[in-house]
Amino acid sequence: MASGEFVLETEGLSKEFKGFFAVRDVSLRVRKGDIHALIGPNGAGKTTVFNLLTKFLTPTAGRILYKGEEITKTGPADIARKGMVRSFQISAVFPHLSLLENVRIALQRELGTSFHFWKSDDSLSALNDRAMALLEAVGLTEFRNHTAGDLPYGRKRALEIAMALACEPRLLLLDEPTAGMTHEDIVRITDLIGRVSENRTVLMVEHNLSVVSNLSNVITVLQRGEILAEGPYEEVSKMPEVISAYLGTGHG
Amino acid sequence: MIRIISLVALIIIALVAPFFFYPVFLMKALCFALFACAFNLLLGYVGLLSFGHAAFLGSAAYVTGHSMKVLGLPPELSILAGTGAAALLGLGFGWLAIRRQGIYFAMITLALSQMVFFFALQAPFTGGEDGIQAIPRGYLLGFIDLNNQLTLYYFVLAMFVFGWLVIYRTIHSPFGQVLKAIRENEPRAISLGYRTDQYKLMAFVLSAALSGMAGATKTLVFQLASLTDVHWHMSGEVVLMTLLGGMGTVFGPVVGAFLVVTIQNYLAQLGSWVTIIQGGIFVVCVLLFRRGIVGEAMALARKLRKKPEKEDAVS
Repeated sequence: MASGEFVLETEGLSKEFKGFFAVRDVSLRVRKGDIHALIGPNGAGKTTVFNLLTKFLTPTAGRILYKGEEITKTGPADIARKGMVRSFQISAVFPHLSLLENVRIALQRELGTSFHFWKSDDSLSALNDRAMALLEAVGLTEFRNHTAGDLPYGRKRALEIAMALACEPRLLLLDEPTAGMTHEDIVRITDLIGRVSENRTVLMVEHNLSVVSNLSNVITVLQRGEILAEGPYEEVSKMPEVISAYLGTGHG
Repeated sequence: MIRIISLVALIIIALVAPFFFYPVFLMKALCFALFACAFNLLLGYVGLLSFGHAAFLGSAAYVTGHSMKVLGLPPELSILAGTGAAALLGLGFGWLAIRRQGIYFAMITLALSQMVFFFALQAPFTGGEDGIQAIPRGYLLGFIDLNNQLTLYYFVLAMFVFGWLVIYRTIHSPFGQVLKAIRENEPRAISLGYRTDQYKLMAFVLSAALSGMAGATKTLVFQLASLTDVHWHMSGEVVLMTLLGGMGTVFGPVVGAFLVVTIQNYLAQLGSWVTIIQGGIFVVCVLLFRRGIVGEAMALARKLRKKPEKEDAVS
């Protein structure tokens, strides 16, 4: 297969914490344009894999390739600049700033004035139109001047997605985008992810299997730090080993 | 409108103050206010608690003193030299300290500033226990006599206003916006592609340089650079001023500095009781009004207006 087909590849990725392998020999391939879900019971190593991919953890062994380029040793800020943007499991916004400012911070890097301490921040209002367009895309226009910390949980997650989109990611990495949400919020976020995944690749860690079955074309099941199965949802969800791995934790 | 009126009032008060209060007291308060504002840039807007800021105040004081007294340079160049020295020191200290967070960051800055203290104690040109005394004030730009107390006051006021404006602009700049993002959620700022260490270092150097400017100006006022300036007590005092006035507000450190200097000056006859009073105030501040005087006042004003407005305290 041509390597251009895959946006993200890992080879033998492992992470050891003092003798315990949280992730062992994971070789993952994320195809361009897919919504790829990483699932597994609690403690399967999903979040560790995610943090390895986003460079918030350093792998003990293995390689990570982004568009065929090795990024195993690249820093977390630098992979974001290459177009690989992540979200966080606990909603990560800038709580004391307004929604507009939150999105503008995500946009302002490209102005090249982020070190200019002598310049007025009025110069950032050039970004307002684009920031508003992003807020509109996630349905938050009316809250633009609210303080981000005051938003209800589901809307914070939506804001976070707007901020990630502001970086114009080729590859969007979502860490449990529906964790802790009410049913209506889940519907809204699922819909949103579906919309924003056009023209981009999404890799997400997700617990909620109905979200996964609605959104993703490929899923990878992790168990005890290793890949248990990989393939389209319909196939994987029927595999006996996957069912037994999930039954043990009460998920279904 | 209210803003403009209060600003004009502040300017008038600052201009006529030396006719009503002892000018040296005012100058001391202004120097410490600038020091606290510079410190607050780091604590209030980046979320970094440095416990070694005396090193920048003190090293600038020594460099300026040496430059005036031994090298005989004019005051403007001496202040520039002191500020530059503090900035360079800040670059080195910052480079080492920003690799760690929280208490470790504070401890590294404390350790480094203790090294500066011992250097000042031992080095041949710092005067050891005596410090550098009887530093001439000289003539600013060759013709403005700084020995005139009123002239000196306006010079110190100008230095303070300049420093304060630099800080104000920094906070309200594209750079300041990134700093606030780092303060609020550093991993998030990183994941948006910001190499946060570089921003933190830049803020650290700015804060060190402005602290140095405060120290250099103070040297001219007291004609003295001494171990007090580099002692860790000084690092603690600036924390107290900032927290008391309100960290993360642009006027808080000014209020805090004036309050602490007032307490020290007017209660000086109580001797070491001043330290106990200061400690008591600090405890009350932390227990009852954590946002500091200005922070609490602003929160109250917001409550009274009850408008869903942008929070000034952090912007």
